[in-house]
Amino acid sequence: MDKIIELQNVTAGYGEDIILRNVNIAIHRNDFIGVIGPNGGGKTTLVKVILGLIKPITGKVIYYDSMKEGKQQKIGYLPQNSDTDKVFPISVLDVVLSGLAQPNRLINRFSKAQKAKAREILESTGILHLADKNFGELSGGEMQRVFLCRAIVSDPELLILDEPNTFVDNKFESDLYHTLKKLNEHKAIIMVSHDVGTIAYYVKSIACVNRELHYHQSNIISQEQLDAYNCPIQIIAHGSVPHTILKEHNE
Amino acid sequence: METIITLFEYRFFTNALLAALFASITCGITGAYIVSRRIVFISGGITHASFGGIGIGYFFGFNPIVGAMIFSVLSAFGIEYMSKKTNLREDSVIAILWSFGMAVGIIFIFLTPGYSANLMSFLFGNILTVTKLNLVFLLILALLITGIFLVFFKTILFIAFDEQYARAVKLPVETINYLMITLVALTIVFNIKVVGIILVISLLTIPQTIANIFTKKFEIMIWLSIIIGFLGSISGLLLSYYLNVPSGAAIIFFLVILFFISKIFRNILTSLRIRKQIQ
Ligand SMILES: Nc1ncnc2c1ncn2[C@@H]1O[C@H](COP(=O)(O)OP(=O)(O)OP(=O)(O)O)[C@@H](O)[C@H]1O
Ligand SMILES: [Mg+2]
Repeated sequence: MDKIIELQNVTAGYGEDIILRNVNIAIHRNDFIGVIGPNGGGKTTLVKVILGLIKPITGKVIYYDSMKEGKQQKIGYLPQNSDTDKVFPISVLDVVLSGLAQPNRLINRFSKAQKAKAREILESTGILHLADKNFGELSGGEMQRVFLCRAIVSDPELLILDEPNTFVDNKFESDLYHTLKKLNEHKAIIMVSHDVGTIAYYVKSIACVNRELHYHQSNIISQEQLDAYNCPIQIIAHGSVPHTILKEHNE
Repeated sequence: METIITLFEYRFFTNALLAALFASITCGITGAYIVSRRIVFISGGITHASFGGIGIGYFFGFNPIVGAMIFSVLSAFGIEYMSKKTNLREDSVIAILWSFGMAVGIIFIFLTPGYSANLMSFLFGNILTVTKLNLVFLLILALLITGIFLVFFKTILFIAFDEQYARAVKLPVETINYLMITLVALTIVFNIKVVGIILVISLLTIPQTIANIFTKKFEIMIWLSIIIGFLGSISGLLLSYYLNVPSGAAIIFFLVILFFISKIFRNILTSLRIRKQIQ
C-alpha cells in the first residue's frame, strides 16, 4: 500500500503548551481512519499538524509524492469550528469554488468546467438551490454541507473531516457516509468524531488521541482496549450498529 | 451667485472633482474590504499613527505626506505582524500604535517654530486645495487598487472569508494580507488631504455601510460604494464651497444623511414586500 503522509515522532502544541507527544502514524492511500478521544485530547491539533497549520516542535511530517503540491489542493479539509465571519459577503458557489483555488497562486480564475463541477457537487449534496445565496444566510447544517462540498470538490488525495456530524440531520449523515464510502475507494479519509458507535461502523482503523496517539489497526475495539490506550471514551452501541463491531465489556 | 456651470471653469474646481472621483474609487474598493473583514479599528489605528509622520515632516521640513506614508505603512505592518506572530491582543497593539503616532505628531508639531495653520488641512482636509502631486498619486493608487482587485479578486475574497482554510490549502495568505494592509495604509494617506485624518475613516466605511443595506455581494458592494462616495463628495464639495466650511466635514455630513435616508427607504421597501407576501 502507498504511504501518502507520515508523522514521525511528532511533538506539537501551542506556544509552551505541549499537546501531542511522540506521535507516529502513517497514512496510506486507501485508509479510512476514525480519530476518537476526549475533549481537549488533541484531535484537532493532530489535524492541524497534518495540514501543516502547526509546525511540530520535534519530529517531522513527511508528504510523499502523490501529496506534493501541484495545481490542485491535495488535502480536502472540513474544519470543526470554522472561524468564518457569518455576515461576510460571499456566495455559496464562491465558497465551494475556493476548494478549487490553486495552492501558492495569487491569480485564481475559474473555467466554465470548474463552475459546473462546483454546481455538480452542490447538487449531489442536495443544496444546488442555494448556490447563489449569500453564505451568511444559511442554517448551521446547510453551512456544514457547503463546507463538505468545498472539501471534496477538488477530488483530494486525502480528506480530513473534523467532526462533520455537528449540526446535520440524519438524512445528511447517512448521505455523508455513503459519499465517504465511495470516495474511499480511491482516496484516504481521516474523520474525527465523538460518535464512536457510528464511526466504528464505517472506518477501517481507529486512532485514539489523548495527548498521545494509539493506532488501532481495526475498526473493532473493546472498552478494555480503549482504557489501555488511556482513552476515556464510553462505547455506546447504537441501535443501527451491528454489535460485532463493538466489543462491549461483558462480551 | 455663480452657477454650477461657471464653477467648472475654475481650475481648482476641476481638480476638486477629480480628487472626489479618485477618493471615491480608492476608498470605495479598499473600504469594502475593510468593512467586510471588520478591520475598521485597524484602519483607525493606521490613520492616527500617520499623524506622527506628519509632525516629523513639519519639524524636519519635508513633505508631511511622505512622513505620513512611512508611519502608516510601518504601523500597518506592525499591527499585521504583532497580532499574528506574537500573542499580544490585536486591539491593544492598535491602541498603542494609534496613540504613539498621535503623541509623536503632537510633540514634533509643538517643537516646530510657528507651526502653520496648514495643520488644519491635515486634520480636516480640504478638497479644494488638493495639490497636483497629490492628485497624481491618488490617480496612480486608484489604478493600482483597481488592477489588483480585478486580477486577484477571488484569491483576496477566499482569504478574507476564511483565513484558516486558505492557510490549510496553501493559498498565499501572507502575501495577500500584507498587500491589502499596504493598500489600506496608502488609501488612508492619500485621502488625508481630501477629508482629513479625523474623517478619512468615514469615507472608508459609510458608503460601504449604505451599499450593504442594498446588497450582500462583495462585487456589487464595491461598485455601489464608489458611486455613493462620489455623490457624497460632490454634494459636500458644493456645500463647502458655498458655506465656506471644511469640505471633509461637509462630505461626511451628506453621507450620513444619505445613510439614514437609505435605511428608511429600505425599511419601507421591506415592509411593503412583506405585506405583499402575506396577502
Ligand atoms: N489555539 C490554541 N492555543 C492554545 N491552546 C490551544 C489552542 N487550541 C487548542 N488548544 C489546547 O490544546 C488542547 C487540545 O485541543 P484540541 O482542539 O486539539 O482538542 P480536541 O481533541 O480537538 O477536542 P474537542 O473534542 O473538544 O474538539 C486543549 O487543551 C486546548 O486547550
Ligand atoms: Mg477538536
